This record gives sequence, structure tokens and C-alpha cells, in this order.
Amino acid sequence: MAMTDSGAAFVEFDRVQKSYDGETLVVKDLNLQIAKGEFVTMLGPSGSGKTTCLMMLAGFETATHGEIRLGGVSINDIPPHKRGIGMVFQSYALFPHMTVGENLSFPLEVRGMGKSEREEKVKRALDMVQMGDFALRRPAQLSGGQQQRIALARALVFEPQVVLMDEPLGALDKQLREHMQFEIKHLHESLGITVVYVTHDQSEALTMSDRVAVFENGRIQQLAPPADLYERPENSFVAQFIGENNKLPGTVVALDGDNSKTEGKIATVKLEDGATCEALAVKCGGPGSKTLVSIRPERVSVSAEPGPNSTTAQVLELIYLGDHIRCRLNVHGNDEFVVKVPNAAGHKHLVVGETTQVTWDAEDARALDPL
Amino acid sequence: MVDATTNPTNTGLTTADGKPLKAALAHAQARSRRRAFLLVLPLLLFIVITFIVPIGQMLKRSVYNDGFTVQRNLTTGEKTPIMVNLAKWFDENPAGTEPDEAAFAALVEDLKQLKELRAAGQAGTRINYELSGSRSLFTQGARKAKKLQPPYKEALLELNPKWNDPKLWQVMRSASSNFTGTFFLAATDRTRDADGNIQSVEENRQIYLKLFWRTLKLSVLITVLTLILAYPIAHLLATLPLRYSNLLMIFVLLPFWTSLLVRTTSWMILLQSQGVLNDAMVAMGLISDGNRIQMMYNQTGTVIAMTHILLPFMVLPLYSVMRPINPSYVRAARSLGATSWTAFRRIYFPQTVPGIAAGGLLVFILAVGYYITPALVGGSDGTLISNLIAFHMQKSLNWSMAAALASLLLGGILILYWLYDRLVGIDNLKLG
Ligand SMILES: Nc1ncnc2c1ncn2[C@@H]1O[C@H](COP(=O)(O)OP(=O)(O)O)[C@@H](O)[C@H]1O
Ligand SMILES: [Mg+2]
Repeated sequence: MAMTDSGAAFVEFDRVQKSYDGETLVVKDLNLQIAKGEFVTMLGPSGSGKTTCLMMLAGFETATHGEIRLGGVSINDIPPHKRGIGMVFQSYALFPHMTVGENLSFPLEVRGMGKSEREEKVKRALDMVQMGDFALRRPAQLSGGQQQRIALARALVFEPQVVLMDEPLGALDKQLREHMQFEIKHLHESLGITVVYVTHDQSEALTMSDRVAVFENGRIQQLAPPADLYERPENSFVAQFIGENNKLPGTVVALDGDNSKTEGKIATVKLEDGATCEALAVKCGGPGSKTLVSIRPERVSVSAEPGPNSTTAQVLELIYLGDHIRCRLNVHGNDEFVVKVPNAAGHKHLVVGETTQVTWDAEDARALDPL
Repeated sequence: MVDATTNPTNTGLTTADGKPLKAALAHAQARSRRRAFLLVLPLLLFIVITFIVPIGQMLKRSVYNDGFTVQRNLTTGEKTPIMVNLAKWFDENPAGTEPDEAAFAALVEDLKQLKELRAAGQAGTRINYELSGSRSLFTQGARKAKKLQPPYKEALLELNPKWNDPKLWQVMRSASSNFTGTFFLAATDRTRDADGNIQSVEENRQIYLKLFWRTLKLSVLITVLTLILAYPIAHLLATLPLRYSNLLMIFVLLPFWTSLLVRTTSWMILLQSQGVLNDAMVAMGLISDGNRIQMMYNQTGTVIAMTHILLPFMVLPLYSVMRPINPSYVRAARSLGATSWTAFRRIYFPQTVPGIAAGGLLVFILAVGYYITPALVGGSDGTLISNLIAFHMQKSLNWSMAAALASLLLGGILILYWLYDRLVGIDNLKLG
């Protein structure tokens, strides 16, 4: 479902910039196309401009520059209540002076819908989130998870084509959060709505989304399906932000153009301790430029097999985690080098203090931009 | 509330050594309760001495006046009963009896005593409250009492025919008992005729009801005006970023930091007919010099100055209710399809009602009892009931009348409070 052709985009940010104070850009040159029915997540650290983007889409903030289109039509000048976009707030924003039923009925009332039709839709929406018996309660009489469901039902009851969610599960405990992730995903699939979701929780982003836009400092660092994001990060920020990564800073000494197996070139990198290693050139300059080699812990194996990236490692710490053992090693002078040794039959038993051999494939080491 | 005494299905739980749980709990808490009580004791005493007792005194004074029954010697503090003979006659003869020779004889006897005690003025004043012109009647009577010869009726009537006024006798009869409802009657512009029937006083002599009505009207008007002015300011205060809202808050509170007199006087400077506002309008040619607008020493002046002075009492409760209202409520309403007006009316406004009610109650109660500003800028038709209470306290020295008026005011406010509790609930009161 990934979008490349802007002609079919349902929601589109076109070179959007936003500044609150006229001095700093909170959103810098945002280009994002979202297809109908897609689930796109904006993921990024706090303060990176995710909420601002959502608010511009909902119409509560105006874009300083650029255009936002919905269904091919510019909505820059359309007030929020005419955009027909459902929104779930982090604080839920359930109206405290109304019952659950009145909360759900509100968007239908302002649209001038008749009473019987309203009641039917409210009932259907409540059943959809398994809250059919709660119509007469006040929001204050509901638990956090229940309020979350009502907020969801209220954003969906008037059948908007796009639903925005700003960290909707942020206030829930872990177990409930995982359960709600599943339910939201399920609703998205059964209703076929377009969802723009904001979170700073990467596992949430990876499990729910069709595509994830990683934000940093008002810029999208990478926009890709979850698997790509994890396995093929395009820059150091994404590599560090998503999952765990081992970092080896160094300098590119040579680029090998004749390597036949991979789409990119294999770079030879001189590391800080003087040794060299080979890595897939993803985002590094030519020979002489600084780079950061990043390797996922599960792609490193503890074995004596010789190879270009084979090196000695000193075991500093072992943490037993059941299905795997997490080893902290000293590799090429980096004390924080982590390797996950699967707890498989006949795996090598390491001892703290011993020196061993580790190795990894050149394609699993990605030479990225220096941080 | 359901407590143990009203709960018939007392489960009778006991502690490990068999004591009833309730008793054990009460015993355990008694010590800390005693200590808490000792801590609040000074405040309690202070309130009792400075608040409860004076209010009780005031309520008593509104129905109790011994000006016609007891004379107090100011130097020795000794109390002497006066008008005893007349009181005895009143006891023996039912109301409405034509005063006979015996009555006049008793009266003369008492007048002689008044002369001795120099209490004629006091007794006369008490009667004067209800029948004007009576004070001089008593002082004259007391002066001449010694020389009067029987038959006393003719002698007194010859001295002053007013002594035969049935109204006078009715008033003296009611004044000879310490407890009386006449002050409350007078405070509501009613009186007793010679036969003791309650009736309204003539239209052109009604002042209290008119003033109560004006006080009510102006207070409601001032409350509404402060609400209209305060609502947007409070909203701005609640939604602006902190550094701006703090500055604005200072402007709102500025009136609190200047003396009430200074503020009132500045309004006088601004609003009087030779004042700044009129001068400016004349200078701009908006009005001619001869047609200066009278904005001071009338109701307009009272309303303008009091609205300004009471504004913070409306802003603060509103602000304290608006501040915690999350802006995402209105945003949610807008995203659900409501226009900004609908979002305000259906979502924002209902959540501010406790603040409106609290501010309204506060401003109204303050306005109803306001004294200094209407006294200074109100002129004759901008004064309020409290100015009349002050008049009776300070000028006419009819404290019973002042107490009756104040009691009526207090009663009205208590009724209002009760209504508020029924409609909004006192627990919802947010005063800032
Ligand atoms: N209403 C506002 N006025 C001024 N600055 C704001 C406002 N809202 C957000 N910002 C600033 O914009 C930046 C991005 O904020 P936001 O979009 O809320 O980030 P995120 O949702 O990713 O945490 C932050 O630095 C924040 O301080
Ligand atoms: Mg945010």
C-alpha cells in the first residue's frame, strides 16, 4: 500500500512548514502522501513536531507555508468543523458534563441528524467498542481504558474518512495498551478508514502501521513500512531510534564497486582503534569521510569463523533472558557492544572476562552518516 | 449520611479483646480530635465574640427595645423601670379601651417620674419612632407634670390635645412591652392603625420597600454587568500563555491594591459634570457645554463605580473555573463538526457555570450590602438600603430600625444562598 504517486494520495502534506514564533521552524519542509485506507504513524521523540502536524491537518493550527490536501482539495482555508476529520486526543477530551451517549450523539446532533437515526448510530458505535451498556454513565465514572474506547467511538461515530490519533494510548498501562493497539488495528481494517497515528512508542508504531514516518526536529527522517525501518534504516538517527544498535565510528578508506551481491557498495571502514571492517555503504561519503557503522545485536554471531569482520571480543557482562542471553562485549574499543546469543541447543557458553571471537556479515553492517 | 445510630442493621464488629469496634475507633481518635479542637479554639472564640454574638445582638435588637420600659443611669449603670403605672393600666384593660381618668392619672404619675429621672427624651424618642412629633409631647408633658391637678385627663388635654390621639395610645401600649414587631413592620413600610390592624403606609411615605427594590434591581444589574465584562477577561486570562496572563492578572487585581476611597474618588473625578469625561466630550464637540451628562450622584454613578470595584470578585471565580478546562474539549467539539459558537455554547459554557454562579453570588451579596461607594457617588437616588441602615445607626440613632433592616437583608441573602445550594450545590462553589 506504500505511496509513491502523489496523484492517488488521499491526505497530502506538500512542502509544509510551521513556525509558532517566527524564529524557529517546528516543522521543516514536510512532504507526506497517505493513501486512502492506509494506517500511517508519525513516530519521533517528544518535541519533534508530530502533534503540530496533526493539528495542522485537523485545522487547529495553520501551516506557515505549503499546502495540505484532503482528497486532492486544499484544506488550508477550511475551518476544522468542516473538514470531517475524526480526532482522538491523548486526554480523550470526553465532555465531562454529558453522558457517554450524549458525547457520542454530539457530532450527529450538530450535523442535524434526526433522533432515531442518532440513537441507532450511537448504539452501533458503542457496540463496536464493546461499551453498549455504558451509554448513561458519565466519563468520570469510567476507567481509563473505557474512556479510551468511548473517545474512539466518538471519533468514528460520524463516519469520517480520516481519523487522527495523538498518542491515544499514552495514559494506559502496558497490558491495556497492547490490547487497545490490537483493537484499533482491527477497527481500522474492518472499517477501511484512513488513520494518521502519533506516538513516541516505537513498538506501537511497528506493530500497528502500514508505514511509519520517523520524525526528528520537524523533519521526516525516514518513511517506510515497519520491516524496512528496522532492517534498512537510512540514517543513524533512525537506526538508533528504532530498536537496538551497536555503533562503531570510523572513516571510509575505500569503496568497492565490484561487489556483485548487494544493491549498494561495500565500504572499507577504518575504525577508531585502527582496525578495519567492511560495511554496506548506505549513507556515507566517499573515501576519507567520517561514518558510523551500525550493526543490530542479533546479526552478530559468536564464532571463530574467519571473515572480513571477524574480531576478538572481551566478555564484560552476561544477562540471562531465557530465550536468549544478552552479552555486553568490548569490540574494537567499544564497551557497549551488545550481542544476543540465542539459547539454542549447543550454543557457546561464555564466561565473563574471557576473550572470544565475534563476526558479522558485511551486509548487516550499515555505514551511515556520523552522528 | 448513614451512621451507626440510624443504621438498624449494625453488624456489631468487635476488636480482638471484645470491645465494640466503633467504641475502640472513637477512643483511638478522641485524642487527635481533642488536639485539633484546641488548635481551632482561638478562631472559634474570635468568631463567636466578633461575629456570632454581634449578629445575635442585632437580631435581638430588631425585635427588642426597652426605651419605654427601662431607664439606664449612664454614670452608675443602674436600671430603673419607667412607665410602670401606665403598663399596669394596659395590662388591666384590653387593647382598644378608651383611655379613662385612671389611665391619664397613671400617665401623669409616670411623667413625673420621667422628669425626676430625666428620661422624658428617651421615652419620647421610643414613641417618636412610630408616631412623629411625640418626643416633644413627652418632654413638654414631663416638664409640666408636677403642676397638673386632677382631673388629669382634662388637664393633660388642655396642655396638649394630642394626648387624646388613639394612635398615640396604641403606640404606647405596644411600646410598654419590650418585644415588638413594629420595627419589622416599619422596615417593610407597614404600620398598625389605632385598632392595631396592620396596614401599608401611604404611597408617598413609603421609603424602605422602594429602597429594597432599588437595591435588588441595581445589585442584579451590577452582577450582570460584571459577568459580561469579566467573562471574556477571565477566558483570556485562562488561555493566554503564563507570562502574558500574569501581567493581565496584575491589571485585574490592581483595584485590590488601591484604597476603596481612592478608587471611588477617581470615579468622581472622571464622571462628575465638570469631570474629565464630560470635559473631553465637550472638547470633542460631542455634547454642548450646557448639556453635560449627569453621570455622578445618581444611579448611573453607583452602577459604574460599583461594577468596577466588584469586577475582580467576578473575574477570580470565573478564572479558577476556566483555567483547568482543557482546550482540547473545544477542539474535540470543533473536530466533531461544531461551529465555534456551538462549541462555546454546548461545551465550554456549561463547564463554566459553577464559576458564574459563584461569582454571581459573591458580587450580588457584596453589592446588596455595599455602603461606601453609593454613599459617595449615589446622590439621592443612587443610595442603597445599607446607606439607610447607616443613617439609622448614626443619624437617627434608631438602632432597632437599623437592626430590622439589616435582619431583612440578612434573611434575603440566606434565602438566596439556600436557593443557590438547591440549584447549583454549595460543593460546586469555586471562589478562586
Ligand atoms: N502552541 C504552541 N506555541 C508555541 N510553541 C509550540 C506550541 N505547540 C508546540 N510548540 C513547540 O513546537 C515543538 C513541537 O511540538 P509538538 O508538535 O507538540 O511535538 P510532539 O508532539 O512531537 O511532542 C516543541 O518544541 C514545542 O515547544
Ligand atoms: Mg505531542
